[in-house]
Formats: sequence, structure tokens, C-alpha cells
Amino acid sequence: MDQRNFTYMFYGFAAAWAILVIYALMLVARERRLRTELDRLRNMIGDRK
Amino acid sequence: MREKLLYALGAVAGVLLVRNMHEIFLVVPDEAAQGYIYRILFVHAPAAFVFMIFAFVSMVASVTFLIRRNFNWDSLAVSITEVALPFGAINLVTGMIWARIIWGVWWVWDARLTFMLISWLMYAGYLIFRRAIDEPTQRGRVSAVLSILTFPAVVVTWKAIEWWRTQHPGPVISFRSGGERRMDPGMESALLWNFIALLLFAAVLVAIRMRQESIRRELDGLRREAHAI
Repeated sequence: MDQRNFTYMFYGFAAAWAILVIYALMLVARERRLRTELDRLRNMIGDRK
Repeated sequence: MREKLLYALGAVAGVLLVRNMHEIFLVVPDEAAQGYIYRILFVHAPAAFVFMIFAFVSMVASVTFLIRRNFNWDSLAVSITEVALPFGAINLVTGMIWARIIWGVWWVWDARLTFMLISWLMYAGYLIFRRAIDEPTQRGRVSAVLSILTFPAVVVTWKAIEWWRTQHPGPVISFRSGGERRMDPGMESALLWNFIALLLFAAVLVAIRMRQESIRRELDGLRREAHAI
């Protein structure tokens, strides 16, 4: 087994998973921000009415 | 109900991905010339398939939006384009890592690699461009045109290994090589299973992203209402 091949294969899979996890976390953070903003606006409109 | 379906799909994708990792690392045979590094193919190629299929769906959704003027199609186009980008990035990055070992360089300006990079940059540009336009109808229309104009770059990326003699390897999967087997059936099956798992996972991400677009539209409506009060 070529050790260098193994190391680079590990880098490849690690990079792939890292990209997916970072994107999924960005989605979760955005969803949270949007829901907070939605609640804030609903409350504000409710108060004004 | 929809939420439960989303969780179920996510769970199936997760289980499939774990099963595939076992298959990729412990079951599929070694490649004679490349050693371990060839296993990158099992994530490199499926990520490219997801990117290209999503680019196609984005183009279809954009055409449909221009015809019907229904914002759900615009939501689908932007959501699917955004989710396609990480998969395109995975394809580019894993390809570079493989190239470093097999070709001895990180990158070559070969037709396949260059067009893949151009496609990725154009879709990234599409997302950046969308943010610059505030008016929803205009934003949808301009984005749709941009998505349609970008799609040919994906077609060229797909066909590049047939049209030109590229440094990138030619088609090895049987459905692209006219049924001729150029890789071990066990390897091909692992490749297709990982494609299915990544596609399922990507579909879940698209559903979440589309939900965010509908929240965004609701927010726009509430903001207008708040200004009017």
C-alpha cells in the first residue's frame, strides 16, 4: 500500500465531508435567522395593529 | 407530514452514505495502477452528476418561470442552483487532490477541468447577481435568463471528454461508454449507489432551501405590510 496515496485519499474524503457539513450548517444558521426575523416582524405588526 | 417525509429522506440518505463508505473503503477491489487514491472517484464522479443534474433542473425551472411567471419555479431554480454549488466544489477539490498524485500537478487547463470551473463560477455569479436586484419579478426574470445561458457550459463540460482528447480520463461508466464495461462491476455499483445517496441528501437540502425561499417571500410581504401601517 502506498502511504502517500492513502493520505491524499483521506484529504479528498475529508474535504468532501467538510464542504457538505459547512454548507448544511450555513443552511441551519440561515433558517434560524429567517425564523427570528419572521417572528419579530409578526410581533411588530401585531403590536401596531 | 412534509417535515416527516424530509426527515425520513434524510435518514435514508444518511444510512445509505454510511453503507457506501463501508463499501468504498472495505469492499471494492483495489485499482491496479493507482492504489488507494482511486477511491476518490466514488465521491468525485457522483458529486459531478448531482451538480450537472441540478444545473439541468435549474435551467428547466428557469424556462418554466419565464413562461408561467410562478415564483415557485424561481424558488426551485435558486434553491437547486445553490445546493449544486457545494457538489460542484466537491468535484473540483477531490479532482485536484487526485490529480496531485496521478498527474503530479494540482491543476491543468484541460477542456473538462476548465469548463467545470467556468460552469461553477457562472452559477456562483448567478447567486451573487440575484442579491443585487431587489424587485422580485425583475430578479426572477434576470436570474432565469442567466441560468438558461449558463447551462450550455455544463453540456460542454459533460461532453468535453468525448469531443476533445483531454488529460482527464475518458468515460468509464458503462452507460457513457455505450454499454462497454471499462471498470469492475463492483466498482460501478458502488459508484451508482453513492450517486443515489448523494442525490437523496442533496434533495433534502433543496427542500430545506426552498422552505427558506418561501419564508423569505413571506418576510417581504410582512415588511411591505409593516411599512404600510
